[in-house]
Amino acid sequence: MAKIEDRGAKSTTAAPGINDDIGEELRLRMYRMQVVLRESEQRAFDLFLQNLVKGTSHLSLGQEAVATGFAAAMKPGDLSFCTYRGHAHTLARGVPVERVLGELMQRDNGLMRGKGGSMHLTSAEHGVMGSYAIIGAHLPIACGAAWRAQYKGDKDVSVCFFGDGTCNIGAFHEALNFASVWKLPVIFVCENNLYMEYTPIGDVTAVEHPAADRAAAYGLPRIVIDGNDADVVYRTARDAYDKARAGAGPSLIECMTYRYSGHSRADPAKYRPEGELEKWKQRDPVVIYRERLRQFGIGDGVIRDIEADVRRQVDEATEKCKAAPMPPLDLLAADVYADGGFAWRN
Amino acid sequence: MAELTYRDAVARGISQEMARDPDVVFLGEDVAKAGGVFKATVGLYEQFGPKRVRDTPISEQAILGAAMGAAMTGLKPIAEIMFSDFFAVCFDYIANEFAKSRYMSNGQLKCPLVVRTGNGAGSRFGAQHSQSVENWCMMIPGLKVVAPSNPRDVIGLMAAAVRDPDPVIFFEHKSLYATKGEVPDGEIVDALGTAAIARRGKDATVLALALMVPRALAAAEKLQAEHGIDCEVVDVRSLVPLDTQTILGSVARTHRLFTVEENPRLCGWGAEIVSIVADEAFYDLDGPPVRITTPHIPLPAADILEDIALPTVERIVERVRRSMQA
Repeated sequence: MAKIEDRGAKSTTAAPGINDDIGEELRLRMYRMQVVLRESEQRAFDLFLQNLVKGTSHLSLGQEAVATGFAAAMKPGDLSFCTYRGHAHTLARGVPVERVLGELMQRDNGLMRGKGGSMHLTSAEHGVMGSYAIIGAHLPIACGAAWRAQYKGDKDVSVCFFGDGTCNIGAFHEALNFASVWKLPVIFVCENNLYMEYTPIGDVTAVEHPAADRAAAYGLPRIVIDGNDADVVYRTARDAYDKARAGAGPSLIECMTYRYSGHSRADPAKYRPEGELEKWKQRDPVVIYRERLRQFGIGDGVIRDIEADVRRQVDEATEKCKAAPMPPLDLLAADVYADGGFAWRN
Repeated sequence: MAELTYRDAVARGISQEMARDPDVVFLGEDVAKAGGVFKATVGLYEQFGPKRVRDTPISEQAILGAAMGAAMTGLKPIAEIMFSDFFAVCFDYIANEFAKSRYMSNGQLKCPLVVRTGNGAGSRFGAQHSQSVENWCMMIPGLKVVAPSNPRDVIGLMAAAVRDPDPVIFFEHKSLYATKGEVPDGEIVDALGTAAIARRGKDATVLALALMVPRALAAAEKLQAEHGIDCEVVDVRSLVPLDTQTILGSVARTHRLFTVEENPRLCGWGAEIVSIVADEAFYDLDGPPVRITTPHIPLPAADILEDIALPTVERIVERVRRSMQA
């Protein structure tokens, strides 16, 4: 397991007890959200096997704490820019499971009625300003949204989530420099799950921590955190949002985590050394959080009710998606241009 | 009415729109304090200040990505890519991102932005600073593409581009920056998707874009004077949307079609228009359509080589004469 450090995030030490700076109500919400993400992604995988999810899909199983902790620190109006591994970040903003699974199943009830698919989940009304499938593309785009906030005096903050592999593409470096020079209210969140796709990130990266070890080059503090602990993620995120809202500029945060499944649907992840997956499963974010709730005196009944309720919710969403119609054929040429159509000539 | 250079028209067009709408912002490399490497944006920084006119690092992906993110969330950015050849280092945004986000999001996202860029040859800059790449953009669903040939059109099409709800690629021709033209006083607002008949004629239709428009006009005068061939010159102006009605209307009157294209031959904009005319107006034609283009070559630096690469007035005259007299 990678060494976990924590520098630069100041208020990460909790006062003991459930009524600390996070509190019971938020902790129960964060637990519920992690279960929603776990159950929804597992369901997405099951639906692949039934050939009800077409195309490709990239799951966040094992990475639930990052999406949960960040979303918990956001305010309404804050904007999220996600990658093709974006189901969790979309759901974490409160998008109904049905709308996400519907899009994966390319049904008319999907978020984009089947026009985008798994890799492009977008829900502007929830602040999910797109999921971007070209590595690194959305980092500059998040800068632009942050520039608008700065220009107009709006208080919202933009966040972009990306993987460790993104730290080796040019757009990452252009965006970090740009955001730092312009002092933009944007947060860069690297989910380091140890593999760029099939290749270990360490084999192809000049530094140990692909994001954090580059922070100094852009005048930013080096921040590496335990990405499997939602409390740690939440507190780090909260600090970054406070900093951005105070006009103090961007943050770059590297969250150490691990994906249980392969890179995509097509990848059985046979490149992993024996025992690695099992080792990380001992630090499962959902298990860690469940244990914490127990330590704080939350009863098993409460925990079981949350889990049962989420499963029911995901089951219901699945049934609704299975019953949903396919998109109408006239969607094919809709919304190419702002007039709603695709006319390129008179 | 005043005489203005094409270069000054760029600044005036941007200024007109920035003065009208506080959501219009302008960013690019060396565009603010330096006034642009082609001096096409002189005075904007002084007029609108550092908040609205912003110098960027040499980061074309960051420039277009930032323009897109700002456009998605409520601004109307104008982004400069210094040379259109540099589209190749930020083409993801042009081809994959702002062209497709409205479609992929089922209409949830919008990208009302303008990318303006110095396009075209004539400066002896060689193969990486001289290309005409309008055809790179014409082929991408979701984009609009314009290329003005004179100062008045620069202002009017800039206004139309800024006010348009879709992403617009605005090709300025480097070899036209010093040219002059009459420009009316007051606000000028044109329409995208409209071609203009630059010279009336009855014998042949000659389509041209940007720098090729003055060359086609000069060729038309020579063809008239020396060979008695009366050409109608159509300034295509807007590749997407494409004003096919003006083009088809002209061909219906003259019965002959020539295109004069600076882009290298394969998949140039003229090929698309010729295919439309062949499909829809075949029986209007009295002879085969002819494309006059730069050959399928990278551009050389040496002036004597670059000069013969692009369609010249002499080449246009010769090609039209030969075809018309065949």
